Amino acid sequence: MQLENLENVIGERGSDSSQLIGILQDIQSEYNYLPLAAIMQLSETLKVPFSRLYSIATFFKAFSLEPRGKHIITVCMGTACHVRKSPRIVDEISRSLGVKGGETTPDRLFTLETVNCLGTCALGPVAVIDGKYYGNLTVRKVGALLKKYEKE
Amino acid sequence: MTMRIESIQDLEKLQKTILARTDPEKARIRICAGTGCRACGAEEVIDAFNKEVVAQGLDADVEIKATGCHGFCERGALVVLYPEGILYQMVKPEDVQEILKKTIVDKELIERLLYVDPVTGERIAYEKDIPFYKRQRRTILGMNPSIDPEDIDDYIALGGYLAAAKALAEMTPEEVIAEVKESGLRGRGGGGFPTGLKWETCRNSPGDARYVICNADEGDPGAYMDRSLLEGNPHSVLEGMIIGAYAIGANEGYIYVRNEYPLAVENAKKAIEQATKYGFLGRDIFSSGFELDVKIARGGGAFICGESSALMTSLEGKPGRPRAKYIHTVERGLYDRPTNLNNVETWANVPLIINKGAASYRQTGTEGSKGTKIFSLVGKINNTGLVEAPMGMPLREIVYGIGGGVPSGKKLKAVQTGGPSGGCLPESMIDLPVDFDQLTKVGAMMGSGGMIIMDENTCMVDVARYFLNFLKDESCGKCLPCREGIKRMLEILNRICEGKGEEGDVELLKEIGHTVQETSLCALGGSAPNPLLTTLKYFGEEYVAHVRDKKCPAGICKDLIIYTIREEQCNGCGACAKVCPNHAISGEKKKPHRIEPAKCIKCGICSETCRQQAIAAA
Repeated sequence: MQLENLENVIGERGSDSSQLIGILQDIQSEYNYLPLAAIMQLSETLKVPFSRLYSIATFFKAFSLEPRGKHIITVCMGTACHVRKSPRIVDEISRSLGVKGGETTPDRLFTLETVNCLGTCALGPVAVIDGKYYGNLTVRKVGALLKKYEKE
Repeated sequence: MTMRIESIQDLEKLQKTILARTDPEKARIRICAGTGCRACGAEEVIDAFNKEVVAQGLDADVEIKATGCHGFCERGALVVLYPEGILYQMVKPEDVQEILKKTIVDKELIERLLYVDPVTGERIAYEKDIPFYKRQRRTILGMNPSIDPEDIDDYIALGGYLAAAKALAEMTPEEVIAEVKESGLRGRGGGGFPTGLKWETCRNSPGDARYVICNADEGDPGAYMDRSLLEGNPHSVLEGMIIGAYAIGANEGYIYVRNEYPLAVENAKKAIEQATKYGFLGRDIFSSGFELDVKIARGGGAFICGESSALMTSLEGKPGRPRAKYIHTVERGLYDRPTNLNNVETWANVPLIINKGAASYRQTGTEGSKGTKIFSLVGKINNTGLVEAPMGMPLREIVYGIGGGVPSGKKLKAVQTGGPSGGCLPESMIDLPVDFDQLTKVGAMMGSGGMIIMDENTCMVDVARYFLNFLKDESCGKCLPCREGIKRMLEILNRICEGKGEEGDVELLKEIGHTVQETSLCALGGSAPNPLLTTLKYFGEEYVAHVRDKKCPAGICKDLIIYTIREEQCNGCGACAKVCPNHAISGEKKKPHRIEPAKCIKCGICSETCRQQAIAAA
């Protein structure tokens, strides 16, 4: 795998160490995950040891070394959402899709992820699907919501 | 081409030019475009306004602006009409045409869009009369509704960057530090360390370069004030950093932002570009010879990176693990050089102190805590949102006065402050004045300002379990007490919640908790047992119910509850049976239904669906 526009992704940031996480994130948004080949290529381009990039990619939760689904569902597990029963929402999504948090459905349609807090506590429980926020969720709303994305 | 601002006079002239462009009598529509309101469709509302003013031929008479977060997130999308100050809440794109026709042209109020006080049932037209706003002291947040975060001129119109100009052109670094010390400002990120003292130590530490960092890695679940500040008023944070960097002698700065806050990243980036154009960043700022560059670094979703030494390690391009701080980061931090890190809200307080003077700043607050504090008032509360209160305001005033109390007539059970490092305060402490010292005294802490309200349907054992589960994932694994201790405490709590609690569990939890507190390397581990220990202290009877009686009084722990239909309340509509994913509910039409316990997966969907409220967990 060759990342054609790696130079563009890196931009002016170069090998400034404070920007490494950001660069990896931009690569991830390009592919939906972090392919090992891309990390290797980045390591060669920036002259940063592969082991260092790999340690960042595995330490921080934002990165996935596995391919993720077409639709990424991120359910907020912040305290405000928790007291408004977000665990029940995750359970229901998990039950309907047959995957646990962090997993992708076999048809690669959905990846279910949880996040510590999205900072939209007023709308709890909240889930974000492909960047769109869905607030005041109930277990009952889950089915229709998933159906909507299945069709897309 | 924007002109470069070289002096206070230049800046004042610019402010006058900007103010002259706006007519105070002109109708101004301000739409909150914070993340909360965006999630409620604010962007569509803004589009609708922009189209509709043209359609109605009002574009010359009305000024429309998408602004930073107003704070009343529960009621988004928020639209405020000036000069009157009328607040319309939960506005949808369909309402826009009517707002322009009725309110802007005919000067009539639209009743259905007004806020209804949940306590009195009264409709309130003006923002300033709504208790949620009226009872706050919005010295920091108050600017947000007047500012388009993407336009630096809006901030300058309100006197922005005058504090930086004054500090750099008229004060010595020592004088700036003295002023901040005198103000009594303490770090808003959690610990409450005196800011001026931190700056002074950093300035006096030897090194060939120094750094300033803005910590916007707001990781505490349930807290989002830093996000709203950086999103809504990024220049106030930048201005604070410029003043701080000058005082400390730092020429490089970083804003470390969570990746979960894309809008904050974007707005901060634009703010840096615009400030650089005016010459507030870069070389020879305000002709003082001082230079500063600020970069944005994005985090990677690790809670531990809110800890200063971990954050700095991560900035160095390494996994964010903390180190023991017998040498403080102000002496040796980023790249082993003196580094001063403050939180977003702390930086935003700095211009205020320089503008008004320490003496004026000190007038708000308590003996040990000066100024205001922004809380994110969330959970089981009527008026969810961001609340700015003077330090020392009693908890009761925040929860009931500003927050409007607990919804659906439920009873308040606890207030959780300080995130995973904080504690749960029982209802009996409702008159506690909220400041750094008072909260620490009762076993909680201020933290970054998350304030999560819990009602009778919140299980406190589950809350303790929730935080430990959170911390188990977030412990970096470097030191044993934190890595293993959290896991063991969680295992016991999991057992208790599954109905397998044993005699002696509570004592063992206390013992492990105290050990982890005393022996962990950094503050994450040191404070990790706080939620557990405070719930044990104040809600011991709930632990007894779980361990001895195998009951969850709040009806939360799945293994300890059974869903049943109250026959006398069931009208046999069959809605529950239709939604049950496991076909566990049966019954004849118009006759009471029943749930088959063996089939029930306790998802709760039936109880959500039942209009008669006949289904309960016990």
